[in-house]
Amino acid sequence: MIPATFEYVRAASVEEAVRALASAGEDAKVLAGGQSLMPLLRLRLAYPDALVDLDRVAELREIREDGDHLVIGSMATHHQVMRDPLVRRHAPLIAQATATVADPAVRHRGTFGGSLAHADPAGDLPAVALALDAVFLVRSRRGEREIPAADFFVDWMTTAMEPDEIMTGVRVPRLGEGWGFHYEKFHRTAQAWAIVGVACAVRRERGAIEDVRVALTNMGPTPVRATAVERFAGGRSVSDDMFRAASERAAEGTGAPTDLHGSGEYREHLAKVLTARALRAAAAT
Amino acid sequence: MPRIRVEVDGVPYDDDVEPRLLLVHYLRDRLGKVGTPVGCDTTNCGACTVLMEGLSVKSCSVPAVQADERQVTTVEGLGMNGTPHPMQRAFHEAHALQCGYCTPGMIMAAIDLLRENPDPSDEEIREGLEGNLCRCTGYQNIVRAVRAAADEMRRQPEREVTP
Amino acid sequence: MSEISPEGLAEQAERAPRSEPDPGREVGQPRRRSEDARLVSGRTRWTDNLNPAGTLHVAFLRSPHAHARITRVDVEAARRVPGVVAAFGGADLAEEQGSLPCAWTVTEDMKVPAHPPLAVTEARYVGEPVACVVARHRYAAVDALEEIDVDYEPLPAVVHMEEALREGGPLVHQELETNQAYRWVFENGDLDAAFRDAPVLLERRYVQQRLIPTAMEPRAVLCEPDGDDFTLYSATQIPHILRLMLATVTQIPEHRIRVVAPDVGGGFGSKLQVYGEEVLCLLLARRLGRPVKWTESRSEGNMATHHGRDQIQRLTLAAERDGRVRGVKVDLLADMGAYLMLVTPGIPLLGAFMFNGIYKMDAYSFTCTGVFTTKTPTDAYRGAGRPEATFAIERLMDELAAELGLDPIEVRRRNWIGHGEFPYETVAGLTYDSGNYEAATDRALALFEYDKLRAEQADRRERRDVVQLGIGVSTYTEMCGLAPSRVLGSLAYGAGGWEHASVRILPSGKIEVVTGSSAHGQGHETAWAQIAADRLGVPFEDVKVLHGDTAVAPKGMDTYGSRSLAVGGIALYQACDRVVDKARRVAAHLMEASEQDLEFSGGRFAVRGAAAEGPSIQEVALAAFAAHDLPDGVEPSLDADATFDPGNFSFPHGTHLCAVEVDTETGRTRIRSYVAVDDVGHVVNPLIVEGQVHGGLAQGIAQALYEEAVYDADGNLTTTTMADYLVPSAADLPEFVTDRTETPATSNPLGVKGVGEAGTIASTPAVVNAIVDALRHHGVTDVPMPCTPERVWRALREAFREDPDPNPSAAPGAGGGLGSAGGAR
Repeated sequence: MIPATFEYVRAASVEEAVRALASAGEDAKVLAGGQSLMPLLRLRLAYPDALVDLDRVAELREIREDGDHLVIGSMATHHQVMRDPLVRRHAPLIAQATATVADPAVRHRGTFGGSLAHADPAGDLPAVALALDAVFLVRSRRGEREIPAADFFVDWMTTAMEPDEIMTGVRVPRLGEGWGFHYEKFHRTAQAWAIVGVACAVRRERGAIEDVRVALTNMGPTPVRATAVERFAGGRSVSDDMFRAASERAAEGTGAPTDLHGSGEYREHLAKVLTARALRAAAAT
Repeated sequence: MPRIRVEVDGVPYDDDVEPRLLLVHYLRDRLGKVGTPVGCDTTNCGACTVLMEGLSVKSCSVPAVQADERQVTTVEGLGMNGTPHPMQRAFHEAHALQCGYCTPGMIMAAIDLLRENPDPSDEEIREGLEGNLCRCTGYQNIVRAVRAAADEMRRQPEREVTP
Repeated sequence: MSEISPEGLAEQAERAPRSEPDPGREVGQPRRRSEDARLVSGRTRWTDNLNPAGTLHVAFLRSPHAHARITRVDVEAARRVPGVVAAFGGADLAEEQGSLPCAWTVTEDMKVPAHPPLAVTEARYVGEPVACVVARHRYAAVDALEEIDVDYEPLPAVVHMEEALREGGPLVHQELETNQAYRWVFENGDLDAAFRDAPVLLERRYVQQRLIPTAMEPRAVLCEPDGDDFTLYSATQIPHILRLMLATVTQIPEHRIRVVAPDVGGGFGSKLQVYGEEVLCLLLARRLGRPVKWTESRSEGNMATHHGRDQIQRLTLAAERDGRVRGVKVDLLADMGAYLMLVTPGIPLLGAFMFNGIYKMDAYSFTCTGVFTTKTPTDAYRGAGRPEATFAIERLMDELAAELGLDPIEVRRRNWIGHGEFPYETVAGLTYDSGNYEAATDRALALFEYDKLRAEQADRRERRDVVQLGIGVSTYTEMCGLAPSRVLGSLAYGAGGWEHASVRILPSGKIEVVTGSSAHGQGHETAWAQIAADRLGVPFEDVKVLHGDTAVAPKGMDTYGSRSLAVGGIALYQACDRVVDKARRVAAHLMEASEQDLEFSGGRFAVRGAAAEGPSIQEVALAAFAAHDLPDGVEPSLDADATFDPGNFSFPHGTHLCAVEVDTETGRTRIRSYVAVDDVGHVVNPLIVEGQVHGGLAQGIAQALYEEAVYDADGNLTTTTMADYLVPSAADLPEFVTDRTETPATSNPLGVKGVGEAGTIASTPAVVNAIVDALRHHGVTDVPMPCTPERVWRALREAFREDPDPNPSAAPGAGGGLGSAGGAR
């Protein structure tokens, strides 16, 4: 299939992109790596009037340290993110989850910010951003603002970004000593989207869970934080029984969809099984 | 209409293109480089895989405008002076193709795989090719071919991995 | 598990209990394929690669409704889109477009609905073409589709076969007054005696889900007009049949149509068809006087290229307590989809003679009801009827073993035809000419390390491991070499089953082989050259194989049903012998010897017993070309052709063993090892044979685990893209261990059987048997295909509900057990 026509602006800088997006109107979209957008255009499931292309905005590809945080440029490709020494050192959960996104060729083009702005609840990165309490940096002609992950994912493929806003980067905490991570993805074939995914970060101290963050992929119209699991596990001693008991709460407060690849009921079951596995794996790293 | 300059298989081109024109259609319909086929519309099958700036991309999901000022290598640009690329030879030797429709994309993806990992295990080969579907071979001989090409290319390190 | 090394083919050949290829002969050698050079370099001729000057591009508007009356089609706005040359609705072409053919009237009272290529008054499946646009560029054609205005009055969808047959329900074709296309019955033996008081009676219902064949090359058609003549290029398996059918449908005389199948990117049955798009491109080229081309997109093809399988099987098996099978009853519902296409109604009947498998039994009955639904028509898909039958009997044999507490191999041994019993007339009326099920099974068991895996299985059960091991067996046979023409006649098929070949020796001694088999990935250019090189005693490199163009290879029945080698290869073999016979007369004349005294060996004639060598066949060919000195009455040509009509089918068989690991918490299945020992008779090229087995296994395994065309309650196909219809990648499939035994077919001089479908036919039940075997101790007796993780989980949960396990930790509940953090790929 073939996309419908659209206007096209290639931005050379964030400034230019923001200006172009503002003047292009409501039905303009940002083109990042295009790996989600191009198929939608080809299937004519989306008809933007205009695309503002960020491909040549070099500044958005940077990944840098910022105090206790990392800032990952929105146009950093998956390929870049999963190999980046800073990400691997300070946010290995992101590197691990990114390596499960699509396939190598798609990861060469697809971008970190693009995946997050696309906000597909079956995508792997939104849950990771949520688990890490990432902060989204967005810009428009009106200025810059920050959106915490908890507020960012509003609904199915809908974010808190305004139509004239561009994501410039994502700030994630540098989680160091004592932290363990795991992204547990369950899908039917290597290429398929996650039926359920569990992003998990755990800090242990003296055999107990000091801090724990769990977020779920594809358990609702947005990624979901498994707060009941976190509450239960927090402060308790590490053991298989504890993880099992905690994971029993994984589906609380979720709204798992029923679709071609799994029923809501099955997803709830998987969320529990996979959460137990993710906790165990994270606590073991 | 945007104007793009693209180098494809070593030849520079300069063309006006519609922004919506897909790179694969630019290659096929405008440049006559029909060696790269199209197999799906959702980036799943990988038949259209080419290298852009040395990295594998699915040319059905890249607008030609994004290839502006880039180097693109297709299966037609592999090999030198009529000598096939070791990967092409390995596919032939290991019987890694039947109908051959996935083969151009599979070869390009495999070359990309070895660029990253010159000595992959079978499992790494299988995972590295997860974005390229083949309906004929059951993949077993493709894995053999990639392993054989890797051995060959490591034996001849002076030969460039990508053309 | 033993792993085949990369160089494995030669080594494997040494291990297998079979005849060794003679190094001096081409047949049996693992020749690398001649086809590859163009395919690995991108210098291919896919139909979409062809662009004659002035080519126009066609796009089709397709019905978004499963069933609707079409009350108005307005293409005016589409015609005004820049670049558009023409646009038509069905009514515009109603006079000339005819009705797409069904070549197999399986019963005299079979209902055959009209099937206009472009729907005129009613659309009956989502994706049925209702209008078309012709434009200068493909982008403009697609744009213009959005300007076409169609008024639909939705009619009720008919989605499920069992509901379709209920009295008073909605009809797919109002004028037929029924959704039943036909009912076909076969019976043999004393059913009453076999089933009455049977000590063991198994009743099962299995569903063969609907599949989308998914050849990697989407369909494409290019039609080039030249005055009153038309050349139609199509991604087809059947240029010859297509030519005849296009002539029949359009009334354009057959000799005015040339059909070319250029490089074709796989078919698997999906390109064994006469498609509306092919007819329409021909008609549009005629109307517009310019070349027109249509290329399918994948999401379009998933709806509009025919589907495969889709049966509901109700099965009854009667047996003795010692495991001996008395009889099998089969009652099938087969989903035709909305129309009967080329061989739609006959596909399930290709399985009618296979539900008995390799087993002896006294009685057998088979009933098939063809059912119309408002879905994409079904037709041939790799195996076509035989996979469905093989699945049923191989699943039943495992069920019988479980019922009796016997090993599944043992139950099979007690029932299969012993190798000393061939030829054997089966209860389904076929004569199996040869086979050695014992040898293939013994070889498979050894390669698989069956006993070791059984021990591990027992251990895992004992330990109540979260990951359980299952072993699946499939001892299959199938019928290849379609088909003896008289058999096809008795089944009311519309044509014969012969194949044609001709051999031309050029003046320089080089050989051109012309074959009616139309390869689309199989490697005929290589294998046929091997056969000809051997029979004529010329170097492999001296042979060129021509095919796939009705102007070059005017006679043929094309490629499907694993028939090419067993029928087309034999035609070539016979044509070569005729060339040698003609050459012998000329050689005898040149050598001043008697024909009877000449022997032909290694490409050269010699007087029997004499030391001196005579001329080579290539030298004789030059003499025939010069024609200066030929015996009286001998024509100056050695060329010959042959048409071979097989006397019987051929019957490949084999034993496949599959080990799976099933995660009882998530339901995920992982294939741990897979051994396939196939007996396809003598082998022309072991490299090609092994490749066919690998690919077949992948497709059969995909049916077991991954693939399904899903329709919603309104008749919308929900698996329209590759993101939803899951074709497995390299990362999803295991390494296969393959081997062969070699029991030659007796029905042809090469002793070959055919290999194109064997892997697909055998593997699906092996995988499902393995999954059920892994879970049977929990009470699971079946998992419907595809055995998705969710279905496995549900089957386990259901079994636990009925028979709660005393140890809850092994139950499929949350977080239990010690499963590693697997599955994160």
